[in-house]
Amino acid sequence: MAKNHRKQHSLWDPTILRPAIAESFKKLDPRTMAKNPVMFVVEVGSLLVTVLFVRDVLRGTATDVRFSVQLIVWLWFTVLFANFAEAMAEGRGKAQADTLRKMRTTTMARRIRRSGEETPILTIGFDDGGEEIPATELRRGDVVYVKAGQMIPADGEILEGIASVDESAITGESAPVVREAGGDRSAVTGGTRVQSDWLKIQIGQDPGAGFIDRMIALVEGAERQKTPNEIALTILLAALTLIFLVAVATLEPYARFFKGSLGIAALVALLVCLIPTTIGGLLSAIGIAGMDRLVQHNVLATSGRAVEAAGDIDVLMLDKTGTITYGNRQAFQFLPVAGVEEQELTEIATLASLADETPEGKSIVALATERGIMPKLPEGATFVAFTATTRMSGIDAGERLLRKGAGDTVTALVRSKKGVIPADLQGLVARVANEGGTPLVVADGDRVLGVVYLKDTVKPGMKERFERLRAMGIKTVMITGDNPLTAKKIAAEAGVDDFLAEATPEAKLAYIHQMQEGGRLVAMTGDGTNDAPALARADVGVAMNTGTQAAKEAGNMVDLDSDPTKLIEIVEIGKQLLMTRGALTTFSIANDVAKYFSILPAMFTGIVAFQVAQGGPRSSAFWALNIMRLGSPTSAILSAVIFNALVIVALIPLALRGVFYRPLGAAALLRRNLLVYGLGGVVAPFVAIKAIDLVVNALHLA
Amino acid sequence: MRVFVLDLVFFAVLVLVAVPLGRFMTRVFAGENHTSRKILGILERGIYRAAGVEQDKEHTWRAYAGAMLAFSLLTQLVTYAVLRLQHKLPFNPTKLDAVAPWLAFNTSVSFTTNTNWQSYGGETTLSYASQAVGLTSHNFFSAGVGMCVAIALIRGLARSQRDTLGNFWVDLVRVHLYVLLPICLFYALFLVSQGVIQTWEGPASWAALDGSTQSVLRGPVASQEAIKMLGTNGGGYFNANSAHPWENPTPLSNFVQMLSIWAIPAALCVTLGDMVKSPKHGWAVFGAMTFIAVLGIVAATWFETKGNPVLARAGAAVATNLEGKEVRFGVPDSALFTVVTTGASCGAVNAMHDSYTPLGGLVPLLNMQLGEIVFGGVGAGMYGILVYVILAVFLAGLMVGRTPEYLGKKIDSRDVRFASIYVLIPAFSILLFTAAGLLTEAGRSGIMNAGPDGAPHPHGFSEVLYAYTSATANNGSAFAGLTAFSTQHPVFYSLTLGLAMHVGRFPLIIAVLAIAGNMAKKKLVPAGAGSFPVDNTLFVGLLVGVILIVGALTFFPALAIGPIVEHIQMTR
Repeated sequence: MAKNHRKQHSLWDPTILRPAIAESFKKLDPRTMAKNPVMFVVEVGSLLVTVLFVRDVLRGTATDVRFSVQLIVWLWFTVLFANFAEAMAEGRGKAQADTLRKMRTTTMARRIRRSGEETPILTIGFDDGGEEIPATELRRGDVVYVKAGQMIPADGEILEGIASVDESAITGESAPVVREAGGDRSAVTGGTRVQSDWLKIQIGQDPGAGFIDRMIALVEGAERQKTPNEIALTILLAALTLIFLVAVATLEPYARFFKGSLGIAALVALLVCLIPTTIGGLLSAIGIAGMDRLVQHNVLATSGRAVEAAGDIDVLMLDKTGTITYGNRQAFQFLPVAGVEEQELTEIATLASLADETPEGKSIVALATERGIMPKLPEGATFVAFTATTRMSGIDAGERLLRKGAGDTVTALVRSKKGVIPADLQGLVARVANEGGTPLVVADGDRVLGVVYLKDTVKPGMKERFERLRAMGIKTVMITGDNPLTAKKIAAEAGVDDFLAEATPEAKLAYIHQMQEGGRLVAMTGDGTNDAPALARADVGVAMNTGTQAAKEAGNMVDLDSDPTKLIEIVEIGKQLLMTRGALTTFSIANDVAKYFSILPAMFTGIVAFQVAQGGPRSSAFWALNIMRLGSPTSAILSAVIFNALVIVALIPLALRGVFYRPLGAAALLRRNLLVYGLGGVVAPFVAIKAIDLVVNALHLA
Repeated sequence: MRVFVLDLVFFAVLVLVAVPLGRFMTRVFAGENHTSRKILGILERGIYRAAGVEQDKEHTWRAYAGAMLAFSLLTQLVTYAVLRLQHKLPFNPTKLDAVAPWLAFNTSVSFTTNTNWQSYGGETTLSYASQAVGLTSHNFFSAGVGMCVAIALIRGLARSQRDTLGNFWVDLVRVHLYVLLPICLFYALFLVSQGVIQTWEGPASWAALDGSTQSVLRGPVASQEAIKMLGTNGGGYFNANSAHPWENPTPLSNFVQMLSIWAIPAALCVTLGDMVKSPKHGWAVFGAMTFIAVLGIVAATWFETKGNPVLARAGAAVATNLEGKEVRFGVPDSALFTVVTTGASCGAVNAMHDSYTPLGGLVPLLNMQLGEIVFGGVGAGMYGILVYVILAVFLAGLMVGRTPEYLGKKIDSRDVRFASIYVLIPAFSILLFTAAGLLTEAGRSGIMNAGPDGAPHPHGFSEVLYAYTSATANNGSAFAGLTAFSTQHPVFYSLTLGLAMHVGRFPLIIAVLAIAGNMAKKKLVPAGAGSFPVDNTLFVGLLVGVILIVGALTFFPALAIGPIVEHIQMTR
């Protein structure tokens, strides 16, 4: 699970509930309803019954007014409940979207160059250059200047500057991150805040096209296009609706043959109960809720299709560094050169690291402490921090220069002090490198003491996660720049199924291509610009929010937490989305058995040809099919319709939260879901309709 | 339990026949060189040369459907002409007149669609030429077409990233030359050995005891009988069909006739398993079919054995329902035959379904309404059940959280659309035509069974429902109470049943070929732990469940008004 979940709205949050109720009525507009064939049929049927009833009342020919009114009310409730489910899902999505939107609307931007202009970027260091405009007016290619304390107005790429940026608004991670021009950390997201220094940012896209904007459109349901599976399911539901329409409509001519008539109200009641209203009413809510769950996990998707594809993933490609292992390497061994004691090497290496706050530095101190070596920092020592040019760090204690760092720079320093490089150093460095570790050369002034072996360590809990993926039928592949030998070692340690060693961007692309040729769906995470082609090629490409703009553009999802293992949750959300649809479809169809047994006997009791004796409904041969022993024909019909309407409301929480998902093999999952939603779907309505009928009769409603 | 011994033996022998036949058909349709091809290969190549068929040129699904339609409709036209002109053609020893236009239309449609609904009395309406040329040829062709379509669908499932499904003409020639004709040759000889007649001579006449001359019509029966069963056609030479001693003389002939109805459909399960390289999947489909068959057999046998309580109350000595049954066969043989013939699209009968108890008669009705997938019509049963498999897998796929896939092919909305059409059309045809039959005077006039004072009776309803169910499902058996052709109303049933037969055949085949074409184009996804297995009992259960639920939900109201209410009335 993500470390920091977006605020979850309680299911019955009144701020969502109230507008949803109003929205349920607005959605009665037939133009909106027509998009959902199942519920459209219900609406037309309800309208028909209502109009006929009003006509009968005006003519004074209405019979059994109390029953008719109740029936009409419950038929309309069926439509409204379905609308309500959709409105609820949209409302929850809107609430998410509003949070996202707030980051955007209040921002002002200082534009220092318009898109397309060739003028040089204004020199820095002043506040009154350029023009102050609302962030919404920015265009792709504009350059803005953002200084400490200001909000970054839109997604973009840093052209100049380095700054720490507070991205907690999106990621929930409170520690600020460093963003700088060039390299893989040059992308910034709109809505985040610059904490120190300044940045010049080239805006990545026109307003309304940024990731947040796309996500807002998606969670609000406005831009939601039906996914392929949803289309297929809609077709199946439409076909079932048509079948039931004909099965019910032909009952009237059949009744006429027996010199009777069933009446429109009873026929509509039967039709509404039979057609798959449960899934038909909840289908769009399920889809919207799926997107909503994704946002709660801090993942932004560009389309619902991508979420569904995530559920189908066969192969998961994960970068080794930062995903499977800690990107920061940990001290593992001290390897002195010939003629130097390990004790001395450890001491000097530790001294050089005492003031070092990097994880590598800390791990050296920790390893030394573990071995009982705790040297004191000499008086007056000054810390020399790691820089990209020197590529080493350490302390200056008077004349002594204690250093640890990359082999070439440290040896260069030693040579400059006229020191001699030991003959066996090269061998040690090579050995560590060959084993997949990082060698840090340690020097004391003009003496090279040895090498600190930094080793990548596998994150705890990875093995269990891969186990879980395997249970879902997903193969994990580790991508690494390491040589095959090292890669194999770490792959075995982490428990991945396969690895791709010495991976270049081309090799990654080729691997994805090869998997896809074999019919597999591939997901991958990436952050660098050189990942972009592979992200674009993969069926599900999750770009890290810390990554470059190019990577984010290429993928079809962005993880705001930049947590590469998030893919596992994304896959589960995709699967859960499909499962919820399947489960409710099965449930909906299975329900029909009980509904037949409650409505059909009731409908035909009035026809004389089926009377086996003189008297009321109980003397009809059809009443023998009333196996639930419902009170009367009218209460039987009413109870079934009430059940049909209430079951939609009852299942709204399930539709919004998704069915319970456990990573199991397909057969086990199916067995479980068939039992719960198939068998349960047959049995539950028998019990529920009987219970409703008891209430209806106790209250003398029919 | 003793009444089911026959059924157990029957299934055992069926498996023994299906395995080698199914394997053989795999090789035939793959165009491999088998023994019979070494002998008949010259003929095969000769036919291609004469007809200008390019053996290696495969058809897309559209071209395959086009060829199938052209072939079917053209041969239908020829049969219509033969029936209309039979008085001018040779081999007409009893000097029968031309068949009436609407009856000829109905009959030609009936035989083209593998239905063999007989609105006519066989021996008294049709000349030898009409029976042999007009009808027997269709008994072969319609069976062949069904098998071609099934094979095309299986190919579509087995292939990947291909546009074509095979060559219709090649498939058609091979199925006739290597499967239907050779088996029928030996089968007809076997039937003759049992006492089925085969002659070109006219009626047999003799002096009866009272001195009058009695004559019984004869004809080339054995040759038609063989393909009638093997090709699940069902159109009897005699009006009494397989209850007639000259069509079905002995218990052995009865057993073999039942076996031959299900032989090819059952063997196609083995072929399916072979062609998609998953024999267990073939057996799973076989298992689902068997399960539904057993339900039907047990129900039919049970209700017929229990008999009619009205008769029991009246003090009848025999409780079992023997009305309308050949005493030679009795209840078990009749019940099994009924399930076999309506589970397949055969429609041959050895007992009158109209005389079954209400719920006993519900079994054949439901069998046909489920789409005749209990082994089913030759080919038609296979492609029918595969459509249900696609629907079942679609639901299962959703429930395991993956885009549904079947045999490594992802099921998309196009597959679901055509599968839905396949299920929709028969439901529409059966329910709407029945309504039309009940609402019109012409339709009601054909009904035999009415209540006291001519009041409408559920059994009369069932007769109409049965007729359109049988026609739509291309079965051809009848609740014989219905008079489907009379001089007062020559058009109504001939036309509507004819339409129902067409609607129940060609649109469905086109839907199936569309699915096949779509499937063939897809990439194969290797199966993993996340994909739903289609070769275990869970799959069988799911498939049976989907078939029963979809079928039952569609037809429950109609069945309730007919047989179910009749049963309740009878037992009250």
